[in-house]
Amino acid sequence: VLNCYSCPSAVAACPIGSLQHAVASIRVRLSIGESQFGLYALGSLGVVGSLVGRFPCGWFCPFGLVQELLHKLPGPKLRIPRFLTHLRYAVLALTVFILPFLVLDAAGYGDTWFCKWICPAGTLEAGLPLVVANAGIRSQVGLLFAWKVALLAAFVLWMIVSMRPFCRTICPLGAILGLFNKVSLLRLTVDSDRCASCGDCSRACPVALEVPRRPNSPDCIRCLKCVKTCERGCLDYEFPLLSRPPRSEQPAP
Amino acid sequence: MGMRKKKAIILFIIALALVGIGLASGEYWAVLEKARKVCLECVGIG
Repeated sequence: VLNCYSCPSAVAACPIGSLQHAVASIRVRLSIGESQFGLYALGSLGVVGSLVGRFPCGWFCPFGLVQELLHKLPGPKLRIPRFLTHLRYAVLALTVFILPFLVLDAAGYGDTWFCKWICPAGTLEAGLPLVVANAGIRSQVGLLFAWKVALLAAFVLWMIVSMRPFCRTICPLGAILGLFNKVSLLRLTVDSDRCASCGDCSRACPVALEVPRRPNSPDCIRCLKCVKTCERGCLDYEFPLLSRPPRSEQPAP
Repeated sequence: MGMRKKKAIILFIIALALVGIGLASGEYWAVLEKARKVCLECVGIG
């Protein structure tokens, strides 16, 4: 799921890259009688999302790990304004669907706008290693690569002062999976009667959620740090295939 | 079974159906073939 297209050893593609390629080539495919609309990539996201929501963001994403490690560096820390967290939906709509569909080259193909112009995860995990390791590629890179490295550098600085800025403001994969958080089979539960509103869970939350008020928010990356932090046991997770004794039956400390 | 669980299961089945339709129309091989190429989008020369 998290392999970039650009990785030579990738055995499966990033679903966001696949979606863009599907959208970008819809018109050409239709003109030659092929009916491929990216349903495989979209369906794969739906399968993961309906089961566990944004769980992969909290547990599998290598770029998420990089962001958390960089945020551990000492220095001033800044909160990310709430309105910026809605930006990822605009990025998703524009760079994954609208622009690849509307802006076409002479052959009728669109571009993969997010991969090409934005994705700092691709630059870090695929672009830079390729440029460092391959002299042929190194000799061909130009202004576009310089732009992407500059964007990555800006994000690295932002990651040091703010927690997971890419996940919270830009990532289109997180935007899609987050839409499933409210209905996914994996969900957080809150025992309001036990909650003392101590705020420990919200302080532990890497995306700065008020967990007791919005436990299944689209912003939640399902890292479950809040569940681990809550000493009173009023936060828990629920998944039908996992049977575990409910924490609410344990006595409160 | 709660309404939320029903919604999740319905979404899961729809998503699985989309994957099936995608597989049947050959999308998987298109994705796999593309993934095995070095498209170089990440370095801006793809």
